Amino acid sequence: MRAANIASYNNASALRAGLSRRKMFDQIFVIVGLTVMLMCLIVLAILFADLVRDGAPRFGWDFFTNFASRHAERAGILAAWVGTSLVMLVTAVCAVPVGVAAAIYLEEYAPKNWFTAIIEINVTNLAGVPSIVYGLLALGLFVYQFDLGQSIAAAGLTLALLILPIVIVATREAIRSVPNSIREAAYGLGATRWEVTKDHVLPYSTGGVLTGMILGLSRAIGETAPIITIGALSFIAFLPQSPITSEFPFISFKWLHDPFTVMPIQMFNWVSRPDQAFQANAAAAGAILLAMTLLMNGFAIWIRYRFRKKINW
Amino acid sequence: MQKVSHILSQTSFKTGLSPHALRYRKLRDRVVETFLLAAGLVAVFTTLAIVAILLYESSTFFEHVSLKEFLTDTMWTPLFADAHYGILPLVAGTLTTTMVALLVAVPLGTTIAIYLSEFAAHHVRETVKPILELLGAVPTVVYGYFALTMVTPALQWLMPELPGFNMLSAGLVIGLMIVPYVSSVSEDAMRAVPRYMREGSYAMGATRLQTALRVVVPGACSGLAAAFILGISRAVGETMVVAIAAGMQPNLTFDPREPAATITAYIVQVSLGDLPHGSIGYQSIFAAGLVLMLITLIFNVVGFFLTRRFREAY
Repeated sequence: MRAANIASYNNASALRAGLSRRKMFDQIFVIVGLTVMLMCLIVLAILFADLVRDGAPRFGWDFFTNFASRHAERAGILAAWVGTSLVMLVTAVCAVPVGVAAAIYLEEYAPKNWFTAIIEINVTNLAGVPSIVYGLLALGLFVYQFDLGQSIAAAGLTLALLILPIVIVATREAIRSVPNSIREAAYGLGATRWEVTKDHVLPYSTGGVLTGMILGLSRAIGETAPIITIGALSFIAFLPQSPITSEFPFISFKWLHDPFTVMPIQMFNWVSRPDQAFQANAAAAGAILLAMTLLMNGFAIWIRYRFRKKINW
Repeated sequence: MQKVSHILSQTSFKTGLSPHALRYRKLRDRVVETFLLAAGLVAVFTTLAIVAILLYESSTFFEHVSLKEFLTDTMWTPLFADAHYGILPLVAGTLTTTMVALLVAVPLGTTIAIYLSEFAAHHVRETVKPILELLGAVPTVVYGYFALTMVTPALQWLMPELPGFNMLSAGLVIGLMIVPYVSSVSEDAMRAVPRYMREGSYAMGATRLQTALRVVVPGACSGLAAAFILGISRAVGETMVVAIAAGMQPNLTFDPREPAATITAYIVQVSLGDLPHGSIGYQSIFAAGLVLMLITLIFNVVGFFLTRRFREAY
C-alpha cells in the first residue's frame, strides 16, 4: 500500500495535483475559520442593533429620570441605574482591596506548600462556580444569618465575592510579569519584602490591577441571577437614602440597608411581561446595559495595551 | 578591601538603621503579611461557606424528602398542593440545554482555536481575541432577550410548530456565549504543543491544515477536552437565558423543541415569588443548588486536572 503510494508520488504530476489539492483544503479552512469568526461578531452586532432598534422609542431624558411604572411609555430606569451605581460602589470597595491583597500574597509571599495549593485551587474553583450559587450563599448567609435583608449591602457583597477570582487572576498575571531583577535590585538595597512589593512591584502592576477591576465590574454589572436569588424587588418607585446629608458629618451610610433594584433585574422584569409595549423598555434597558459592558471591556483592553506599550523592561 | 568595609560600616551608620528601626520594619512586614494571608483565605472561606450553607439548608429539606424520592421521582412540583420532589425533570432540562449549547460551541470554538493558533498572523490573533471575548461579556439577561425575541421567532419560521418557550433557542444562544471560553482554552492547549512537532510535520510535506489536524490537535487532546468540559460547566450553570427563553415548567424530556425548566431556572422562579424563610419551597432551592454545585464541581475538577496535564505534558 505504502509502496504504491510512493510509486505514484514519484510521478511528478500526480504529486503536484495532490499538493495543490491539499493546499486548496488549506485555503478552504482559512475561509471557514474567518467566516466562523465573522459570524460570531456579526451576531454580536445584530444583537446590539436589534436592541437599539427595538428600544429606540424609549430613548430620551425621561427614560433615565422616571421610575418604573404600569404604563410602558412612562416607565424609566431611574431606580435601576441609581441602584446599579451604588451596588457597584460597594462591590468595588470590597472586591478590589481583598482581591489585590490575595494576589500579592499568592505571588510574593506564599511558600510553596499544600496550604498555598489549597488557596490556589479554591480561587480556580470559585471562578467556575455558577453565579446563581453565589446567590444562594448570599440568601442563606448575608440575608438571613447576617440579617442584612434585601439590601444594597447584601447585593454588593455577593457580587464582590463573585468577581473576586477575576480580580485575583488579573492582578496575579500583572505581578508575575514584573521581572525578578527589579525585586532583586530592591532587596539588594535592603528593602523588606513589603517595601519591595509596595514601592516597586505594585506600581508596575497598576495596569493589570485596573484591567482586573474593570473586567470584574463589567461582569458584576450584568449579573442578574444572584441578585434575583437574594430577592431584590423589581418594582421600586423610590431612591435609596442619599449618601450625602446636609448636617454633620455630611456622609451617611443608611443607603446600604435600603431595598433597591438594578438594571438587569429591571430588564428581566420587563422581558417577562406579556405586554408587548414593555419589550421596548426591555430593549432600551438592554442596549444601555450592553453599551456599558462593551465600553468597560473596551476600556480594559485599551488600558492593557497602553501599559504594555509604556513599560520596557 | 579594608576601604570597602570601612565605607560599608559608615553607610549603615549614616542611614540610621538602628536595631529599633529594623525591628519596626520587620514587625510591619509581619503585620502586612498577616493581612495579605487573611485576604487569600477569603477565597477558602467562600468555598466553605457555600458548601456549609447548601448542606445546612438542604439537610432540613432531606429530612422531609427521602433521597430515593429526590433521585427517582419523575415529577418536580414542590410548590403545588400535590407536591413531588423528583430532581430528574430539572436535570433533564439542564442536560438538554447543555447538549444543544455544546453542539454550537464545540465546532465553532475549535475551528476558531485552530484558525487562531495555526493560521492567523500574530497581529490578527491579538486583535481578534479580545473582540471574541466580548461574546462572553454580554450580560446574560441581554442574551435571554435575544433568544426570546429573535432566535425563537427565527426558529419558528423554520419549524412552525415550535412553542414560544423552548430549550432549543436557549441552548443555541448559550452555545454562542461559551464559544470564547472554549476557543481560548483550546487555543492555549494548541499553542502549548511545541514548535518542533509542527516543523517535523511540515518537513514531511504536510500542509498547515494536515499539521493542525493530525499533529497539533491530537497533541493538544487533553487540553481540548478540558476546554469542552469547562464549557459544559458554564452551560450547566447558565441561568438567565434559560429562565427567559426556555420557560419555567419542569418537564421530563430530552427533546430540545419542548419548553422545560432547568435547575437554575427553578431557583430563579422560586426566588421571584415570595416564599417564607424556612418553608419547604425555600429549602428546595438549596437542594437544587446543591445538585447544581455538585455537577459543576465534578466538571471543574476534571477540567482543572486536564488543563494541568497539558501544561505539564511538554
